[in-house]
Amino acid sequence: MSEWTRTRKMQRSLVYDRLATYGFYGLGILVLLLIFWLLLTILGKGLPGLSLEFLMKLPEDMDPGGGIGPVLFNSFYILILSLLISVPIGVGAGIYMAEYAPPNKFTEVLRICVESLSSVPSIVFGMLGLAIFAEYFQIGLTILGGAVSLAFLNLPMLARVTEEAVRAVQNDVKNASYALGMTKFQCIRTVVIPMAMQGIVTGICLVAGRAFGESAVILLTAGLSTSGEMWDFNLFSPGETLAVHLWYVQSEAIVEDARQIADKSAAVLVIVVLMMNLLFRIPLWISNRRLKK
Amino acid sequence: MSTPVQQYVPKERQVLTPPAKRRRFSRSARVRFTNRLFTYYFWFSILALCLVLGLVIFFIGKTAFLTFRDISFADFFLSFNWTPEEEHYGAAAFIINTLSLTALTLALAVPVSVGLAVLIAEIAPGWLKNAMRPILDLLVGVPSIVYGYLGLTVLIPFLRRLSGENLGDGLLAAALVLALMVLPTICRISDDAISAVPKKYREAAYAMGSTRLQVMMRVVIPAAGRGIIAAVIMGMTRAIGETMAVVMVIGNTAQLAKSLFTPASVLTSNIVMQISNVEFDSTWNYALHMMAFLLLIISFVLILFIRYLGRKGREQA
Repeated sequence: MSEWTRTRKMQRSLVYDRLATYGFYGLGILVLLLIFWLLLTILGKGLPGLSLEFLMKLPEDMDPGGGIGPVLFNSFYILILSLLISVPIGVGAGIYMAEYAPPNKFTEVLRICVESLSSVPSIVFGMLGLAIFAEYFQIGLTILGGAVSLAFLNLPMLARVTEEAVRAVQNDVKNASYALGMTKFQCIRTVVIPMAMQGIVTGICLVAGRAFGESAVILLTAGLSTSGEMWDFNLFSPGETLAVHLWYVQSEAIVEDARQIADKSAAVLVIVVLMMNLLFRIPLWISNRRLKK
Repeated sequence: MSTPVQQYVPKERQVLTPPAKRRRFSRSARVRFTNRLFTYYFWFSILALCLVLGLVIFFIGKTAFLTFRDISFADFFLSFNWTPEEEHYGAAAFIINTLSLTALTLALAVPVSVGLAVLIAEIAPGWLKNAMRPILDLLVGVPSIVYGYLGLTVLIPFLRRLSGENLGDGLLAAALVLALMVLPTICRISDDAISAVPKKYREAAYAMGSTRLQVMMRVVIPAAGRGIIAAVIMGMTRAIGETMAVVMVIGNTAQLAKSLFTPASVLTSNIVMQISNVEFDSTWNYALHMMAFLLLIISFVLILFIRYLGRKGREQA
């Protein structure tokens, strides 16, 4: 046989292959279009009416023209408080799992604990917060309760991202530092953490973005109202956040411009979360590029 | 990198002479002390994590089991009658709705997200790969309440026009919203699983004269099977536990969803709608806690199943 001929079957496989490739590309393009349409819808509806006044003003109960000042402030306040509680513990737990945990049964149990905790639905953390703060301590729905419950929700995710980042540090570097006579903690502080910093910070940004938009937990633990004034740092005042406000406005509010307020709040939520995910990474990205050169 | 250390040490300094004894002691004691201290600190943090899990199980479980003081096991799990005002606490409708909503969500999301994962891992050129992954991360970043809001203001009117029904909310709307939310989760984990398939498998298959489709369908996807199943289960835990997006589009009526457009209620949405209005010491509240406890158990079982899959995969490898 001098000439190689394609059998029917081969011909068919080649056609299928071609079709499947087009199909997969088509699917990818559809999903990308869907994502962009989604972001455009959220931002396009909310951005045009956005003003500094809207971001700072108090919400109105009856009249149109209310703002989202206190709820936006509460969002950041609760987020920062919850990160203050959860970052030290979450990062510590992640370092333990990556550096200290011996390979035995007990570590397996700890790992199952972390994974189970990360699978707990957020509403359950809300109920836990409700049970602890509203029922056990009898302090009602407060900023403090919201922040602590949110910290519970963040913990397993922080532990996981830290563990991944710390595990990615090469053994050579650690061995070199041990060869210099460092103790384990010196090695972690001066070698491991600086090298894992990028991963940890990225992880914290992701967690912060998720916590900023979290509503089920806050709805149950910090309530559906604010203290009615701007810059209220009191830990024991009710702390409705922006995400909860979006829920409140579309389900219960009776103001005329509820729809516009909801549109704008959704846009603000998405912008802030995207900022957290993108903006905070830029300095790291730049320093990383400089390192590579 | 390989600069000799001597270069940094000034010649006149006597490296080998021990410093004053007292100072040396205090420094090494300090180093050892912080070392010990932080070992305990890291140990304490992981224990704190386990403590939180213990708190969750204790507080929810303690209240949950009070349910069966007032109503029987069968009443709770087998009855469809949820009218707390008349002391009927049958949760069967919520349980079945949760399961059917999850199944519908996965039926919508799995083909798309696994297809997308295959596209990213196998077909797309490098630049597209690097662009797709962060764009999918954008989807993860959008808060669930915003998904719910979009579902309420965009998807439901659309479904209403499409189907001609006068109500758009129900299982289908909730499943569409959830499918979009779990898509990036399933896609990213399957993408990792597919990328982890050794290159030699593919090369062997190509050497036999397979087309790319054949390599993907008969070699790569079966080899990444466990990872893809784990991804689907991760998506499942997310779909089962999701609250705010569902509560906005499902209609919140305590009944069994007989069609795609029946307003219904699932475990999570029922809890969040009712928990703020009930007395703490009432059977109603206990029953809601029992529902939360069910959610907990379902997600623990799913997580343990993923671990089991992972262990089997390692044993085989």
